Amino acid sequence: MTELQIRPGPQNAGPGQEPLLRVDRMSRHFNIGNPLSRQTLHAVDEVSFTVGEREIVAIVGESGSGKTTVARLLAKLYKTTSGEAYFEGKPLSAIRSRREKLRYSALVPMVFQDPFSSINPVFRVSHGVMRALKLHRPELTSDQRLTEAARVFDAVGLIPGAEVLERYPHELSGGQRQRVGFAQALAMRPKLILADEPVSMLDVSIRIGLLNVMAKLRDEEGVSILYITHDLASARYVSDRLIVMYAGHIVETGPAEEVLSSPRHPYTQLLLSAAPDPKAELNVAAETDRGEPPKVINPTPGCRFRSRCPLAIEVCQSVTPELSELAPGHAAACHVAKSGAEVKAF
Amino acid sequence: MAHALADDQYGLASPLRPGPVLEIRDLSVEYVLESGIVGAVEKVSFDVAPGEFLAIVGESGCGKSTLLFGIAQLLNPPAEISGGSVAFHGRNLVQLTERELAAVRWKDMSVVMQSAMNALNPVQSVGAQFRDAMRAHGTKSKAEIHQRSVEVLKMVGIDPVHLKSYPHQLSGGMRQRSMIAMAMLFTPELIIMDEPTSALDVVAQRSLMAQIKDLQQEYHFAVIFVTHDMSLVRHFSDRLMVMYAGQVSEVGPTQQLFEHPHHPYTAGLMDAFPSIRGPRTELTGIPGSPPDLARPPAGCRFAPRCPKVMPRCETTPPPDYEVEGTSVRCFLYDGDGGSQ
Amino acid sequence: MAIPVTTTGLPEPTAGVGAARHRSALNRITKAVRTNRKATIGVVLMAIFIIVALFPGLFAHQDPNTATTQVLAGPSAAHWLGTDNLGRDVYAQVIDGTRNVLILALAVGFLTTVLAMLIGVAAAYLGGLWDSVLNFVTDVLLVIPIFPLLIIIAAYLPNAGNNVLILVLTFTGWSYTARQLRSQAQSIRNRDFLLAARVRGERPIYIIVVEILPTMTSLLLASFLNNALYAVLAGSGLQFIGLGNANNVSWGTTLYWAQQNNALGSGLYAWAIVPGACIALLGAAFAFINYAFDEIGNPALRPLTAAKARKAAEASTKRRLAGHGARAR
Repeated sequence: MTELQIRPGPQNAGPGQEPLLRVDRMSRHFNIGNPLSRQTLHAVDEVSFTVGEREIVAIVGESGSGKTTVARLLAKLYKTTSGEAYFEGKPLSAIRSRREKLRYSALVPMVFQDPFSSINPVFRVSHGVMRALKLHRPELTSDQRLTEAARVFDAVGLIPGAEVLERYPHELSGGQRQRVGFAQALAMRPKLILADEPVSMLDVSIRIGLLNVMAKLRDEEGVSILYITHDLASARYVSDRLIVMYAGHIVETGPAEEVLSSPRHPYTQLLLSAAPDPKAELNVAAETDRGEPPKVINPTPGCRFRSRCPLAIEVCQSVTPELSELAPGHAAACHVAKSGAEVKAF
Repeated sequence: MAHALADDQYGLASPLRPGPVLEIRDLSVEYVLESGIVGAVEKVSFDVAPGEFLAIVGESGCGKSTLLFGIAQLLNPPAEISGGSVAFHGRNLVQLTERELAAVRWKDMSVVMQSAMNALNPVQSVGAQFRDAMRAHGTKSKAEIHQRSVEVLKMVGIDPVHLKSYPHQLSGGMRQRSMIAMAMLFTPELIIMDEPTSALDVVAQRSLMAQIKDLQQEYHFAVIFVTHDMSLVRHFSDRLMVMYAGQVSEVGPTQQLFEHPHHPYTAGLMDAFPSIRGPRTELTGIPGSPPDLARPPAGCRFAPRCPKVMPRCETTPPPDYEVEGTSVRCFLYDGDGGSQ
Repeated sequence: MAIPVTTTGLPEPTAGVGAARHRSALNRITKAVRTNRKATIGVVLMAIFIIVALFPGLFAHQDPNTATTQVLAGPSAAHWLGTDNLGRDVYAQVIDGTRNVLILALAVGFLTTVLAMLIGVAAAYLGGLWDSVLNFVTDVLLVIPIFPLLIIIAAYLPNAGNNVLILVLTFTGWSYTARQLRSQAQSIRNRDFLLAARVRGERPIYIIVVEILPTMTSLLLASFLNNALYAVLAGSGLQFIGLGNANNVSWGTTLYWAQQNNALGSGLYAWAIVPGACIALLGAAFAFINYAFDEIGNPALRPLTAAKARKAAEASTKRRLAGHGARAR
């Protein structure tokens, strides 16, 4: 078995150079409950991170952590409550005209989680790709569109592309349908693909195929991918950098290998200890944790992990920790970690 | 007093019956459709010993859930058992009437479904559902019912105050645990679980698995656990059974299968799991798709995708071979004539 | 370093599957109609009515409006169903009336479905204020009892010809279907493929027409048939109580004249019953086709007659005994 090369950080990490995507203190709140007792659900709070060119960044978290909301905010399915995201230096909120919106949806497409509902069952699988080409690459003739559609199908492993295009969704397996999703995104010549749990609903043995497609897209087509998942193992396999989210906050970020080999935040440690790994010994620690991630409604300041954290100190109850860099490129939002003390929670 | 009574009826005051809890012989399940007959499960045979944790693993469509439903006699048309037997301590469940089955259900054998939200009644409180289950199986006294309900909730680590809660008021993990509590009401000898953790997050999954193992070690019931995720059961199951296209391709001690998988399919599956802590290597998974069970291939069902396929694999279906304590359905292990 | 991308090795279509894929949709529908009894009856009936409506001259050789001197006559060789109070041939009236009734049914069916579609699906997809407003309008019309409303409207429009009837029936009929279509659209609104279309940059009108509607074809077809049935019954009903144009040749108006002249009491049974029977038959045809499409689309609804159940049980016992190894007895 050949070792995967540990890839260097983002290609354009030069100081002062604008990264492909820069998210600056982005928040999204939802109003729930009736209009009389106004309750606000803080799905995403003050989230900041960057994505460079030709890199795969994984956002890892349990359900309710806000990771899917981040993806939808970046896909412009929701408006931000506060904060801003900058794509190629330009703020998302400034995208108003139809032309600019179209351009953005081509450069930042989204791949969805459910292979059974992400393709319209009534049409052949060529439908989505052909529409995408028609909308975003008007310079192509209809013959050229067909050729290009076959090309992207081949690129994601649906070979022979020209033949698969003619099939209906119910004739393809779950894994093949997810590849169609990537092909649709690829057809628009994107710079950044938002992949919202693209392999979670597939059998484990099929996931590898899709993850390899993602890596290939990064290497051969020069596309960056924001990979949303709850599975640490697949995040490690395919991503360059890792962002860990909990209850709407980012709690740790850094190069994937480093975050997983020396996690600084107690929650990351909990995730690691709970993740099943057939090739490693059983870690008993996580069995004692019975907690669940909180639903963040009208929250008070303070670390949101404090109720489950064995290392919580007094400041954790009242001051929300900020991400602070603990090693080059590796940051965690934890008062205990910041103070320099060793964090060994789980 | 009441406590002693509970012990007698629910605790395992009586010793475990000797001999295998379950003996499955040549069990086959078919779907009778207008377009033809589809064999979802083909001649599956295995035993379950008392207190054993058996994991059944396979991809979607391999027949593991159908097998489970077949064992529990919960199949609905167009699915039906087309052959074989399911002997619970010698009694063939396939031939029992509904009334006779009712006596066995829940008392001797209970089932935990995949999604609690689908299996629990959303308009009844948890306590009411426990009460229904107990009444249906002969317990009449309100006091007994209440006491036992409190007991089982405590067993799974849920505060008994939740007897009054409705399913949607509980978190995912708690719901699944209350399903397990319900299955434990009569401390059956065998609990069958169909992917009970698939709807949960990774931390809740781990905690639930540990809970099940703890309960098993304390109450000595056998568990048949169906899942598509092998790594989940690696540290919890005694034996592992791998299914492919309706047949058992390999079954043996869990440790053995993980360290020395014999069947090429098992080996392929092992390779499809990226590791978190181990070395970071290239993986390829298993290319191709499982066969169409309406027209299964003539020979070995895995032959089209097998990296070690031989000419005779495509024409003759292989039998089971015993290798190092494991049963493998592969010609590679044919003592005379197969290449190793 | 390139990571190998495995090709997916598409499942080879075996003879059966491949052949099925290439069989055209038309063939499949024909086969479905032939095997389902309700579909066969419905389609045959409908075909008969359509042919009569298109070529009335083939069936009736007399002008339904010609008055003769043979007034209020019973059935005879010259007049198969007798004559009415003005000596007009009843059989010719029934044949000729078919066209008007069918036009009414198909037009109302089509228009109500289109209107309900536009309003219901738009309300579901656009949501928010649009949904509230459109919903309100729909609900108002739903709540008002239809037949009294029909009567009141028709009373203000005396001698309502076919076109007026079409408008009136459409106006009162669309709200129920709009409700149904809205619910259906709501249930698929958050399906990922719609979100995918939105993220792709499609406009809302495109999404509604191209992405949502085709997935609702069975419901739209059912709505069309339902509304056509409603039009046949309600339209004929209005004509029967005299609110239609009594000079139009239609089954309802024929019945009206029969009623006015006490046909049943006078023993002129053909005049009194045949138009009504035709109304019932046409309505049944629409209903049968509706049920049939439901059953074809959803196998769970297919009736399990006692004969089928017995056959299935016998077959499965046979299979079980025939060579699956000895069972422990």
